[in-house]
Amino acid sequence: MSEQLILAADKIAAPSISYWALLPMLILLGAATVGVLVEAFVPRSARHPVQVAVAGLGLLASLVAVVALAVGDHARTGTTFGIKTAPNVVVIDGPALLLQGTIALLGLISVLLIAERSLEPGGPFVANAAVVAGSPTDREHSASADSQTEVFPLTVFALAGMMLFVAANDLLLMFVALEVLSLPLYLLCGLARRRRLISQEAAVKYFLLGSFASAFFLYGVALIYGYANTVTLSGIRTAIDESPSNDLLLLLGLGMLVIGLLFKAGVAPFHQWTPDVYQGAPTPITALMASVTKVAAFGAIMRVLYVAFQSVRWDWRPIMIGIAIISMLLGSILAVTQTDIKRLLAYSSIANAGFILTGVVALTPAGVSSSLFYLIAYGFTTVAAFALVMLVRDADGEATHLSRWAGLGRRSPVFAGVFTFVMLAFAGIPLTSGFSSKFAVFSAAAGGGAVSLVIVGVIASMILAFPYLRVIVLMYLNEPAPNGPDIVIPGLYTSFALTVGVAITLVLGVYPGWALDLANRASEFVR
Amino acid sequence: MNTSSFPWLIVLTVLPLVGALAVACLPPAAEALAKRLTLAWTLLVLVVTAAIALGFDVNAKRFQYVTSYPWISQFGIRFGFGVDGIALVMIVLIAVLMPVVILASWHDGRTGTRSVKTFFALMLALESTMIGTFVSTDTFLFYVFFEVMLVPMYFLIGSFGGARRQYAAVKFFLYSLVGGLFMLASVIGLYVVSSNAGHPSFAFSDLAKLNIDPGVQKWLFLGFFIAFAIKAPLFPFHTWLPDAGAAAPIGAAVLLVGVMDKVGTFGFLRYCLPLFPDASAWFAPVVVVLAVIGIIYGALLAMGQTDMRRLVAYTSIAHFGFIALGIFAFTTQGGTGAVLYMVNHGLSTGALFLVVGFLIYRRGSSNIADFGGAAKVVPWIAGVFFISGLSSLALPGTNSFVSEFLVLLGSWANQPVATVIATAGMILAALYILLMYQRTMQGKLNPDLPEMNDLSRREAVVIAPMIVLILALGFFPKPVIDVIDPAVKATMQDAGKSDPVPTANSGGRK
Repeated sequence: MSEQLILAADKIAAPSISYWALLPMLILLGAATVGVLVEAFVPRSARHPVQVAVAGLGLLASLVAVVALAVGDHARTGTTFGIKTAPNVVVIDGPALLLQGTIALLGLISVLLIAERSLEPGGPFVANAAVVAGSPTDREHSASADSQTEVFPLTVFALAGMMLFVAANDLLLMFVALEVLSLPLYLLCGLARRRRLISQEAAVKYFLLGSFASAFFLYGVALIYGYANTVTLSGIRTAIDESPSNDLLLLLGLGMLVIGLLFKAGVAPFHQWTPDVYQGAPTPITALMASVTKVAAFGAIMRVLYVAFQSVRWDWRPIMIGIAIISMLLGSILAVTQTDIKRLLAYSSIANAGFILTGVVALTPAGVSSSLFYLIAYGFTTVAAFALVMLVRDADGEATHLSRWAGLGRRSPVFAGVFTFVMLAFAGIPLTSGFSSKFAVFSAAAGGGAVSLVIVGVIASMILAFPYLRVIVLMYLNEPAPNGPDIVIPGLYTSFALTVGVAITLVLGVYPGWALDLANRASEFVR
Repeated sequence: MNTSSFPWLIVLTVLPLVGALAVACLPPAAEALAKRLTLAWTLLVLVVTAAIALGFDVNAKRFQYVTSYPWISQFGIRFGFGVDGIALVMIVLIAVLMPVVILASWHDGRTGTRSVKTFFALMLALESTMIGTFVSTDTFLFYVFFEVMLVPMYFLIGSFGGARRQYAAVKFFLYSLVGGLFMLASVIGLYVVSSNAGHPSFAFSDLAKLNIDPGVQKWLFLGFFIAFAIKAPLFPFHTWLPDAGAAAPIGAAVLLVGVMDKVGTFGFLRYCLPLFPDASAWFAPVVVVLAVIGIIYGALLAMGQTDMRRLVAYTSIAHFGFIALGIFAFTTQGGTGAVLYMVNHGLSTGALFLVVGFLIYRRGSSNIADFGGAAKVVPWIAGVFFISGLSSLALPGTNSFVSEFLVLLGSWANQPVATVIATAGMILAALYILLMYQRTMQGKLNPDLPEMNDLSRREAVVIAPMIVLILALGFFPKPVIDVIDPAVKATMQDAGKSDPVPTANSGGRK
């Protein structure tokens, strides 16, 4: 026994780590740490601009690093990407790079929304989160122009976790990344300046249910370790291939693992948190969760399913098809009954998660690339949608109840025009990214033999068109409500975020070729 | 000119869109300028269309002015444009109707909730998308135009329509969108079939060559068929049309019923028959039954209407029954008659809607009961109303007679029972048109009628070309038939049908 230990100790050498490949994540973690130091050392009055600069530049640098990595790796190896580093627990392959780039860019846009302070004094975040909501001190604070600038390092930590999440080739590391991305999000949900109790309720709900999901994930990892004796994805794959038959441990573990991941992605029937949290969280954070978190969660789902569990696909595929169907139908049907724009978008995101799953279960390279494309397209449209929601305000802050939106088309034609475009994109009208991405996943699914999914998907799209259309009708064809909300002229940050979101929605609809090509070339997971 | 590679059809499609943007960019106060610019622009489009039509060689190959550029190469999607005879007569119809409709809508934009220039910009955008659906030869591109076409029409009805405009606009949009999504499922199916057969392509010429498994064909056919049947509209998918037709501003209603609905019947001919020949044959009895029900049902309901616009909308449902019957009879006469019917219906119903619009403008109501004996006050309007009505009921000498006769002739060979029942529809047509004319124009003068001026000069200019075309095509339809016929023959060939040879004793063997 002791001999073995000594032998093992001899073998331990410093792992070779390609820091170059980890650079995007390292930059983000560094920026987040700097952000924490800023909180400690920079005077309160100067914190906001400094934090915005640190987070923004960090994300920009990280994005540049991802691009440089992709271009450099492409030049070196020719066609495929694939760096395994930190003894095989992190993989920087095509999907990882594409998703990391998407996360960085969407994260940057979300940070701009978070930084926006021109819509109301102090921005959308509470001045002092530790004060009891509704207390005299709280009322005093709510009038001040301060806000908790800790949101910036928290956001950047979450984004770093997401980047790691999509590149993790090891279930334990994936779990760590999951927690790194989740914990800041729980906190961020509770920091709204207005309607603090709803916001805090959302945070608690998200935290409790999220903890359950994490527990499921961890339990799944334990069971799979029991089966495969390893937690690396490639190791699990080898173990499955070598094992003569399916094992209960494996299937149970896989099920638990997937439940944890589907929860993060907001897929029905693991979606219950989504509407409440989307509604309660500060809108920029909702934008972050609806776009970037979804990208990260689906990246991880695809990696786990395609890399580790490819061999038992006939066991999980029917179940995933069922889940996709439930998610599409449930999300679209419940979206019809919503009266709050944020809840409507939440249910639509559940349906859209089902659409993405449609691509995932195609089990072909086209399936991967179309899902990646969908994630990118949907992410930008969603950010634009929530950015627009931020602009409709009355004396109580954002006016999210749909009845308040009546007649906005007449009072603010530009806003209504842009929002109509975004709604049409969600509804999947051609010449928007919503259409090209739906077409991509549906054709991939049909090509992969999942015709039933395509039919359900088309039906769900029909149902889903109704709530979107209703918003358009409300804005254009209804009489404006007396003392209705105003459209606030967006500041520079929001304008920029909005422009990028809408422009990408349009470009990916009219000329999606280059992005599809990019997704195609990045569609191969390294095993 | 046909062999030149200049992309005439792309120019034709984009031209109205450019006009729409130009009109939209005018200052809101410049109402008169917006109207004049729109009218001039539609005349320009008419000139370009005329040039294209003159350059079309009837005896040359089916598709002319063919251009194709890659769009989304991953899916084999291309900007494919080209016209055959069927598409050509449709774009000519659009180009002719547009200036007429713009002139007829001179005062319409002001009644809406949005600015006048928006109305005219939307009309031009609508023209662009309608032309696009007829000239695209890439199935995917066709689908895109098919869907995008809804957006301007939706806002035209919703923002400038009559009393129930919201309800009508949403119903119209949802019906069409649902149909479109069925078609999308089939388009995806076609993509899968074509990529399994080699390289993915949406080009009509490539798809027509595919030999699709009959079982698969049925499903793909259904997706396209439902979309087109809603668009056309065929019984029982028709309920949106009376609402939309009654709520839309008159100009938009003419385009909606006169042109946009023809996309459905055009789709039957261009996509359903050639791409899914086996399925078309299999479903034909069902379609024919629906068509005949539509003819009778539309006519009966038209008779029961108290609102002139709803009445005209219901007559269209009957007429679309005839068109569908002609198409699914699988004979060249039937097909040619159906296409000619598409053109003639655009003219006669267009004229009818325009005259009804004149009357509504004067009386402020479209209720039949609010008129009565009006011919004594406005004899000229009564006259054009009568001629338009006669065209709609297919009196010999008017354009519709030729097409209706051809349809019945063509369908007799394959569908004798349906043809006999459909013929009864002609009698009903006479009833609903003449009853409407009698109740509004003849009899005792309604004392509630306000002072009404007769046909103004602008209105005369609007209605004159319609009346001229109605009579001209009634007496000399040959040029149009010559253009249509080769394309219909090719379609029937693609569908694997040859005309049954009529024999002298086929009816008298007993």
